[in-house]
Amino acid sequence: MCLAIPAVIKLIEDKEAEVELGGIARRVSLWLTPEAKVGDYVLVHTGYAINILDQEEAKETLRLLREIAEVAEEEG
Amino acid sequence: MKFISEFRRSELAEGLISQIHRQSKTPVRLMEFCGGHTVTIFRYGIRQVLPQTIDMVSGPGCPICVTANADLDKAIALSQIPGVIIATFGDMLKVPGSRSSLQKVKANGADVRTVYSTMDALKIAEADSNKSVVFLGIGFETTAPTIAASVLQAEEKEIRNYYVLSLHKLCPPVIQAILDSGEVKLDGLICPGHVSAIIGSHPWEFIARDYGIPCVVSGFEPLDILQCVDMLVAQIEKGESKVEIAYRRGVRPEGNQQALKLMEQVFEPCPARWRGMGEVPDSGLKLRQEYQRFDAELAFDIALSPAYEPAGCICGDILRGVKTPLDCRLFGKACTPQYPVGPCMVSSEGACSAYYLYGGDFGG
Ligand code: SF4
Repeated sequence: MCLAIPAVIKLIEDKEAEVELGGIARRVSLWLTPEAKVGDYVLVHTGYAINILDQEEAKETLRLLREIAEVAEEEG
Repeated sequence: MKFISEFRRSELAEGLISQIHRQSKTPVRLMEFCGGHTVTIFRYGIRQVLPQTIDMVSGPGCPICVTANADLDKAIALSQIPGVIIATFGDMLKVPGSRSSLQKVKANGADVRTVYSTMDALKIAEADSNKSVVFLGIGFETTAPTIAASVLQAEEKEIRNYYVLSLHKLCPPVIQAILDSGEVKLDGLICPGHVSAIIGSHPWEFIARDYGIPCVVSGFEPLDILQCVDMLVAQIEKGESKVEIAYRRGVRPEGNQQALKLMEQVFEPCPARWRGMGEVPDSGLKLRQEYQRFDAELAFDIALSPAYEPAGCICGDILRGVKTPLDCRLFGKACTPQYPVGPCMVSSEGACSAYYLYGGDFGG
């Protein structure tokens, strides 16, 4: 029930944003993430953007996982 | 970066799996608190790829499953009051209370409407000012801020026929209750990702500090879970217990301050009843005095008969991590997703439903 899906903000009007979710345009509330900007990826839960996703952290995590995979291959 | 497909890449999963196999020496039991994690673990067969040393157990992190029958009965009783429209997230419809379900009363003429968001519930209230709209406030810290926001919007727009039945539950207090009961011994905790997106990672610190149990906050993709298990195993093998975040793209240590602010403005902690666990202090949320006019329990006279549980259903024990669905003699026989007996089979995030749908891992 705590399902929240990443979606990118296309435009912002007042306290609402238009995002694309699975190819469909949806309006989500920005009451919980007033600092969100167009182009940000947000986590959408029950029609609200509950957090802004951090691109840099995502890249860093993937870099770390690639490193682990390389080590595993060498040892493999 | 799409934030989904990248975290499902099998070559990265293989790296994590082999690192976990290399590192894990001590037999351990890890609990995934959250029902969303249970679904990922089963859907991707994660239990099967982990070494024998790692035993996984599902926790109570499904808000629908933990809602006590006495509280479901309240929602159903409210639906019988003339002029009341019940607005709820769809997952609640089929959950059986003591005598009926929202789906059954709806079939019998009660006005029960499924909404995707509290914003839809507000629109229903605005469109029909002669009716009273009661939103079923069921959910954890992830959902509570969205419901707080709806109360503030109702106030701002002077919508006077909008009410909330606040059955919210808070996660850290119930984990404490499970640990204090001593019924299940845990060596590591997979902390819920979207609850933590709101509350941050600090509220888990008492578990690492006072109970010596490593805690790692996880996301919901298969790589997230594997990374989380890897980090837990690393802590356990080093004899450490601290709180870490594996889901750094979605969770900051301090959480979402704006969401917390709205939640605290509208709600205050109160005792709450959990299925299988009884009343747990400070584990629920009620409307603060300033917002009491939105409180459905105060606005309506709710007629209630004593609550009882479905005969033979052991959801309560499963939610405490003491038993698994395989211990239930109704599992897969009298109780299936099509004809569910208890909430853990109704909810798509319930342990019984995950065991049934994704099977193949009937080792517990
Ligand atoms: S299998 Fe059905 S009856 Fe048994 S515990 Fe799960 S939900 Fe309850």
